[in-house]
Amino acid sequence: MNSNLYALLGLGVAVSFIMALKGLSAPKTARRGNLIGAFGATVATVIVFFDPAIEEGHNTLLIIGAIAFGVIVGVPAARKIQMTQMPQLVALFNGVGGGAAALVAIVEYLSLGDSASIGEVIATVFTVLVGCVSFSGSIITFLKLQELMTTRPVVFPGGRFVIAVTLAGALVTSGWVITSGGTNPLLLLAGLSLLFGVLFVLPVGGADVPIVISLLNAFTGLTVAASGYVLQSTLLIVAGTLVGASGTILTRKMAEAMGRSLFGTLFGAFTAKPQAQAVGGEVRPVKSGSPDDVAILLNYAQRVVIVPGFGLAVAQAQHTVRELADLLAERGVEVAYGIHPVAGRMPGHMNVLLAEASVPYEQLVEMEEINPTFPQTDVVLVVGANDVVNPAAKTTPGCPIYGMPILDVASAGNVIFLKRSMRPGFAGIENDLLYDAKTTLLFGDAKDSLTKVVSALKAL
Amino acid sequence: MTTMAILTIFILSVFVGFEVVSKVSTTLHTPLMSGANAIHGIILVGAILVAAEAKTTLETTLAILAVVLATINMVGGFVVTDRMLEMFKGKGGKK
Repeated sequence: MNSNLYALLGLGVAVSFIMALKGLSAPKTARRGNLIGAFGATVATVIVFFDPAIEEGHNTLLIIGAIAFGVIVGVPAARKIQMTQMPQLVALFNGVGGGAAALVAIVEYLSLGDSASIGEVIATVFTVLVGCVSFSGSIITFLKLQELMTTRPVVFPGGRFVIAVTLAGALVTSGWVITSGGTNPLLLLAGLSLLFGVLFVLPVGGADVPIVISLLNAFTGLTVAASGYVLQSTLLIVAGTLVGASGTILTRKMAEAMGRSLFGTLFGAFTAKPQAQAVGGEVRPVKSGSPDDVAILLNYAQRVVIVPGFGLAVAQAQHTVRELADLLAERGVEVAYGIHPVAGRMPGHMNVLLAEASVPYEQLVEMEEINPTFPQTDVVLVVGANDVVNPAAKTTPGCPIYGMPILDVASAGNVIFLKRSMRPGFAGIENDLLYDAKTTLLFGDAKDSLTKVVSALKAL
Repeated sequence: MTTMAILTIFILSVFVGFEVVSKVSTTLHTPLMSGANAIHGIILVGAILVAAEAKTTLETTLAILAVVLATINMVGGFVVTDRMLEMFKGKGGKK
């Protein structure tokens, strides 16, 4: 292919990515934006086979086979995954992307040999280091979100020291590769970086995991840009940098939405101390009610706010909750949904879930708007949420969620919690609101409980 | 490409990246992250380039592995983003 034509097509692809990100920032254009990005990526994948820089193409069939294999693995995974598991799938996709960038850098380093310029070696070292951190870090976030391992921060004695030593080792090895070169130091660097990625994410507490995914996503973008420098590909530089920059902004916005300092989240690893468990043994009385009690409370309320959380997603109860809301609305009860920006496992999780059940967009009220209305609200129905309504975020300095803005449900007349058990939420802290006199608990799977409440309500 | 040209492209891309997402609503944080995630799957292009020029068995093996991983990232990323956004269809698009 003519090299000007090739460069022009590459530019078109880069523009399509800008349009994709732009489109994805507004609800109306989001889907189209994503399709534009996918189209651009497809074009890029096809034309690269005709890249004039390739003198004699090897392995063409093998490459096509590998792409086919990747599609066979990736598409069904993305198609069949349940809504609740999407966050961890995104983490996993991000991880394999980081791994791919690191592998590309290693292969290019092997093939350049001694002819690599200092700039290329530095970019290679950066890509291997950050790509490996992104890979292993994402795997750990996947395991945490999939609950294949504990969601609580993992802190072990001397952890800070081990992390610092690993990072220092990786940096020294980087210097070694840059100054004297060689395959073995590069592989050692890859190993240390993988280990650092694991150690870096282990101490991150459950509620902070989405922020870390977003950050690792931005990291992977930067590794792609660095690979673009080594491979002399403008497209990779532009696309990688776009993701790196927008990912950084997004990470900051997420951290703000959760009231976290980005620094605190990231360097929790260095400051976290093993925490004493909440005082055990003390059994405080709670008021648990039957579905009929709940139905009566709801039926005679003027205004009800439903606060959905991860429990709603797990139970796939979005349709049932809508049925309940419709039934209440028919009886003249004013119903709104109070959406905490990070309810669920990712920002916007609840909006997506309720949109699936065709809940009218106008009923989804964001935190800042709904908080002042709680004093006029008779009943708040908390469905499978906990940390986002936990007053400890305001009252207990030092607890893991301290400072996070919460839905101020305690100022409403009555609070009903639909919970599976008394187990604390994702962040692993007790919620004093559960023991409050105005609180009624209904134990059980969110969908079961809601179904029972709906039939109790119909019988009234 | 000269280093200056690369630096120019890089810096300008940083600003475009900042600008383009500066007004995103909270609702779209997750799909946007997922879409950006799919876009860095473009490392597939890099993986194909190194695979096409790989000579030793070791290089070929690693490069082909990179192609597989990058494909999963790119294709899976766009598909999962589309699935998230599917849920928004038919909404008035208020705000």
